[in-house]
Formats: sequence, structure tokens, C-alpha cells
Amino acid sequence: MTASAANAPVWVQALLALGHVAVLLGLSPLLLGVVVRVKAWFAGRKGPPLLQPYFELAKLLRKGAVVSQSTTWVFRLGPVAGVVTALVAGLFVPLGGSPSPFAFAGDLVLVAYLFALGRFATVLSALDTGSAFEGMGASREVAFSCLVEPALFLGWLALAQLLAVDAPLTLTNLLAIGGNAWVAHPGALLLVVGAWVLVVLAENCRIPFDDPNTHLELTMIHEVMVLDHSGPMLGLVEYGAALKLAVTSSLVLGLLLPSTGRPALDLGIAVGGLLVLAGLIGVVESVLARQRLLRVPMLLVTASLMAAFSVALVAMR
Amino acid sequence: MSDRWCVTRNGVAVALRDVPDLSLDVMSADVVAAVSAGARLGCWSGDGEGRIVAVLVDDAAGELRVARARVGDRYPSLTPSCPQAHLFERELAEQFGPVAVGHPWFKPVRSHARWTPGPDAWGRAADMPIVPGVVETFRVEGEDVHEVAVGPVHAGVIEPGHFRFQCHGEQVFHLEIQLGYQHRGIERAAVGGPHPQTLHQMEAAAGDTTVGHTWAHCLVLEALADVAPPPVAQDLRATMLELERLANHVGDLGALAGDVGFQPTASFNGRLRGDFLNLTAALCGSRLGRGMLRPGGVRFGADEARRRDMTHRLHAARRDVTGSVELLFHTPSVAARFERVGIVRPEEATAAGLVGVARRACGTAVDARHDHPVGAWLQTRVDPAICGEGDVQSRAWVRWLEICDSLELVDRLLARPLDGELRVPMPSLRPDHLAIGLIEGWRGPVLHLGLTGPDGRLTRYKVVDPSFHNWMGLALALRDEQISDFPLCNKSFNLSYCGYDL
Repeated sequence: MTASAANAPVWVQALLALGHVAVLLGLSPLLLGVVVRVKAWFAGRKGPPLLQPYFELAKLLRKGAVVSQSTTWVFRLGPVAGVVTALVAGLFVPLGGSPSPFAFAGDLVLVAYLFALGRFATVLSALDTGSAFEGMGASREVAFSCLVEPALFLGWLALAQLLAVDAPLTLTNLLAIGGNAWVAHPGALLLVVGAWVLVVLAENCRIPFDDPNTHLELTMIHEVMVLDHSGPMLGLVEYGAALKLAVTSSLVLGLLLPSTGRPALDLGIAVGGLLVLAGLIGVVESVLARQRLLRVPMLLVTASLMAAFSVALVAMR
Repeated sequence: MSDRWCVTRNGVAVALRDVPDLSLDVMSADVVAAVSAGARLGCWSGDGEGRIVAVLVDDAAGELRVARARVGDRYPSLTPSCPQAHLFERELAEQFGPVAVGHPWFKPVRSHARWTPGPDAWGRAADMPIVPGVVETFRVEGEDVHEVAVGPVHAGVIEPGHFRFQCHGEQVFHLEIQLGYQHRGIERAAVGGPHPQTLHQMEAAAGDTTVGHTWAHCLVLEALADVAPPPVAQDLRATMLELERLANHVGDLGALAGDVGFQPTASFNGRLRGDFLNLTAALCGSRLGRGMLRPGGVRFGADEARRRDMTHRLHAARRDVTGSVELLFHTPSVAARFERVGIVRPEEATAAGLVGVARRACGTAVDARHDHPVGAWLQTRVDPAICGEGDVQSRAWVRWLEICDSLELVDRLLARPLDGELRVPMPSLRPDHLAIGLIEGWRGPVLHLGLTGPDGRLTRYKVVDPSFHNWMGLALALRDEQISDFPLCNKSFNLSYCGYDL
């Protein structure tokens, strides 16, 4: 569990924390590159280089930005808030078996609402443009995110039942205990993983919920909200999206990868795990078509139900 | 009424003196009666000399019926009793001025000034500049109803068109489609011709239907000149037409897959469309089929080596297309998107006068290759491919059935000798004649109508692309649908903007 890390000298903990942040900041865009590469492989194409997202970011950061005259500072806030909230949330989410740099009892509520805060800022900046499209995308995003939250919290509830009475309710503890309970509660954990995989796909606007590659404004959910962003701001939006993908993926990863007791090894395994998860997202996107927008709530309710059943399963044991 | 109207066939010219000059009331009543009896209004257009020329297409009998009537500045609109005339009446008013009194939604089609001198149908001054797209649009009033405007500039590289949705949340009450941004005036440019550039303008009338439009144009000119192209040329034209159908249908199925985010078929069909375009290029050097069809015949034949090579490539493409499209139709998540989305009911399709793929997807067996055969279709029977549900799935399925048929047809055509005499010389056109060319392009029937004056030059040339009939079908398909399904419905029709704008 986390005992080994918690008992380590301060400088080791500091190094681990730095490693954690470095992985989040440095590796996130690579995940997008992996998704694209896997999709290209399925389509029989070579695909862009794995590092293409980094090139894109570098290009966007060098560019100028066009900002509509009808917008205010709120418009510029969205992309920044997207990056900041995802990064701060990432500080509380363990990477696989490697514990998070920061933790306090109840930090999972902070994580959930940091996601919500980032979304709130994006929605505001979309509404700030006054465009009919962006308003449409914002209303979709808000409606669907309401349905994502229960799946997340019910999953936590299922795991919290396994937690020792005196252990603090931190994400690191929760995920670690989940990761070590596969023998005792395989069904419940499987349901939580299933629910959270759907959460990852929904939160990151992947197929079957949204299509990050579409150019059709009327079908977009997330992409339509950032249509007016350009240059460095668009770069931040994309970087924020990559960070969010890494952070939400590591939620699932925490359940799948129990701690080995060796923090550096755990971190390494987690990096590999993130890349594998990104590859799996690529596979999902290659074999599935996108859901009808009308059916997206059904799929999200399914995720919540899976998590709810896992709560019941654990409670009954 | 049939004794009143002049009955002719596809690609057969009639002397203008044999085309009856009816009174407009009689002609309108005849059109309403014929349309309710199952005929289709193929054309309702001015002849430039103060008359309306009407063409009724009777698919069951394989006949085309023509009549004309003199019209003043105003006449009672045909649309309330014959909805499929709605766009023809607006077009007529824009080109020649007659106001259709009682038309439910009377506004310009293509944003250009009246062709002939006289009062404008909307009372606009002659010196007033006409700004494209600045027209009144339909509005739904009420709490929570909002309007979404898309285009004419789109996020993808596609043609310009303006779409105005009246929505209630995600639900679409009404979609109004405003086109005309690509109006080039090719009908008007053909008057006094055929000019040297007319043929090229017809090839570009709708860039994805080059062979369909060029063949219809050649058919009109050949009928007016009373020549028959050699049989080899007819076979080559049919080959070209089917290759064009293959490329577009394969591309459309890929685009439909792309719109629902189903990547494998989207990618494979994107490449396979290129294979069929390359087969077209193997015959004539142009992937879009330009420079092949000419009045009197075709320019290039194919020797045995080329036919063998093409057959070989066709078989390879057939194998790949079959795999890619079967994957599309066997994937449940794709079926969930295609089925029961964008439904056009058969009675709506009939009333709106839909044609081609969209009409066959409503279960009506119409196909100009079968109903009005010319050239190679006289010997080669083509059965219309139909599917009954009228939804996106049906329109996709009809395309797949037609891909299978066309692969078979091209295979058989390539087995025939395709060289020898390719072209006969074109004499000048007969004076005071009228001819209609009707070719089943990949989207539907392409109708061209040519009238010659006493000097044997064209006095009026009318082009009716299937898109002209079918845009209304897209609006109907969107009623009460989700706005997020618009791109999918739009792609399932895949109509031409420039074929409509002319």
C-alpha cells in the first residue's frame, strides 16, 4: 500500500512528487498521439508521428490569436482554467500504484469539483462568444456532465466501504484498497472499472460520446465550445484536454495496478499503463460508431447503474 | 389529356409545331391530374418567349409529355395543388417574371436579376443590386424556440449553402435551406449556342455528375441534330456513367461512416473511391470523367489490354469494397445511428417529387435507366434498387445495392469490344425543335431540355439536376429530428449545391 511511500524520507517523497508532476505535464500529449496512431493503424494508414501533439502545441503557442470583439476576459479564462484545474486535480490522483503528491481526507470531492470548475469555465467562455453553436455545445456539455458525476461518486462509495474505519478518506487510499481487493470483490471492482471507463470516454469527449475529429458543428459537444479559440488559447485548450485524459485515465489505472511497494517502479508501471489505456481508447474509437446524441444519457446512466450495483455488491459481502 | 399533350420519348426530338399551345388553366389542370395519377413534373419553366414549357415524366409508361402555354405577369400558382412545382414556380418568376399567385412561400431561388426586360416578380428595382442570401426566412415564434443558422461558410471544405433551423432544444421544428451562392448562369450562357464552351459548362454543371450531365446534354444535341452515336460509344458512355456512380456511392458510404465516427469504413472507402476515379481516368485521362463524352460519340476507346487491366482492377476494388461495406452494415453501433433516422414517408416523397436514390429509398421503383432507356440501356436491363424505410439506413442500403449492380454492369461492359468507330460528325441542329435528355446520374435523373429557334440555335436550354427536386426531401427528413443528426441526414442525401445553383 502507500505505507512504504509515506514512510520514505522527505527527499524521496519530494522526488516522487516531482516525478508525478513531470509525468502529468510531460506525458499527457503523448497519450493523444498514441490514440491517433492506433486509430491510424486500424484504418490501414501510417498516421502522424507519436510526437505530433507536441509539435501542434509548439505551433499553436507561437501563433497569434484572433479574439472576437464581443468577448470579455471570461473568454480567455476558459483555456487557462481548463489546464489549471486538470493539473491541480492530477496532484490528488495517484498514478497507478504510485501515491499522489498531495492527499487529505475528502480530497476526492475536490477532484470531482475541480473537473466541474474547469468545465464551468469552458462553458462560460463558450457562452461569452454569444454564438448559437457554442451555446448549443455548452448546454449539451452541462447536461451530460450531470450524469457523469453519479458514476464517479458511486464508484468511490463502493470502494469506501472497504476502507478501514480509521484510514483517512483520500483518493490514494481508496484506489489502493480497491487495487488490492480484486480477489475478494472481483465483480464489484469490475463494475466500477466499467463505469469509470465510460466516465473517461465521456469526460474526454471520445467516441461513443463525442467525436473529437468531426468537423460538423451541429454534432459536436465539447469541440463546438472551443471553436472560437485560436493560437495559444487553443493550445491551452488542447493541453488541458490531454491533462484531463491523463488524470481521468489514472483513476481507472489506480484500480487496476496495485502498489508493488517500490515507488519508482510503480511510477514506471503507471506510465506504461497510461500508454496502454490510451491505446485501448484508440481501439474503442476504431471499432465503434458514435452514439446518437439522444442516447448518450442512457449510456451515462448505465455507467451510474454499474457503479450503484457495485456499491450493493460490496455491501452484501 | 394525353391527346392534348405531345407525347415523346427520352432523346427523341419533336418539332415545336407539334408541341401544343394550351391555355395555362388547361395545362395547369392537366399537370395536377397527371401528377396525382403518378406522373412527375420534370420541368416547368419559361421558354424565354413568354410561355411556360411543362414536361411530365411518366415513368410507368416510359413517356415524356410536353406542352406549353402563354403566361402573363401573374398566374394562379400550381403549388397548392401540386407541391412539387414549388421550386419551379419560384425559379420561373426569378428568370422571367410571372408571379405565381397563391404560392405559399414565394421567394427568389438564386439571387440574380430577371433575364428578360420587364417587372421584377418581387418588385425590386432593375438597378437595385441583389445580394446573395439576403432573403426572408421562415420563423417559428414562441417561448424556448431558437434559431440556429449554419453556413454559407462551413467548417469543412464543402460547397456554400445556408441552413436555418427552427429548434426547440435539440429538436428541429423546421429546416429552411437557402442556396444560390454558386449561381454561374450556365443555362443562360447556352442560349444562342451550342457555343464552344457550352459542353465544358455542362461538364461542370455539377462536378460530381460530369458524365450524367454531359450525357444528357449530348443526348439533347444528338436528338436535335438527328444523329445516333455508334454502339461502341454508347457502351463507353454507360461504362463511364457506372464508374461515376461507383465512385460517388462508395465515397458516400465512407462519408456516412465518417459522420457517425465509424473509422474503418470511412478510411477504406475514401481510398476505394479513388480506385474508381482512377478507373475513370484509365478510360479518358480525367478522374472526374471530363473530356470523354462529346456530341456524336466519345473521344476515347479502350483496346483489349486496357479492358483487361481495368477488369483486373475492378475485381480488386470489388473485393475491397465488399469487405469494407459489409463491415459497415454488420456493425450494431452503426445500425443504431442509421436506422429510423431522417425518415421521409413515401407519401411525402411523392408529394415533394423526390427522385433518384432518395426516392428509391422510400420504396418507389424508379430509375431512368430502366424507365426511359437510351443507348446501352436498351440492350442491358437495369432493375431499380429499392429499400422501403425512407431513413438513412435505406438511403445507404440503396447505394450499396446500386454499387453491386454497377460493378456487375461495368464488368459486363468491359467484356465487350470498346474500340472502333467512336464518334459520328455532328450536323447542325434542326430548327424549331425541342428535345429532352434524361439520364440516371448517380444521384438521380438528370434532365436537360433544349429548344431551337428558326436558325437552329438554342433559344432556351434548361438543366434540372436531381438535387433541384431533392433538397426539399432533406428538409422533410429533418422534421422533428435531432439537430445533431442533421449532418448524417445531409450526407445520406448528399445533394449538389452547384447542380442546384447552376
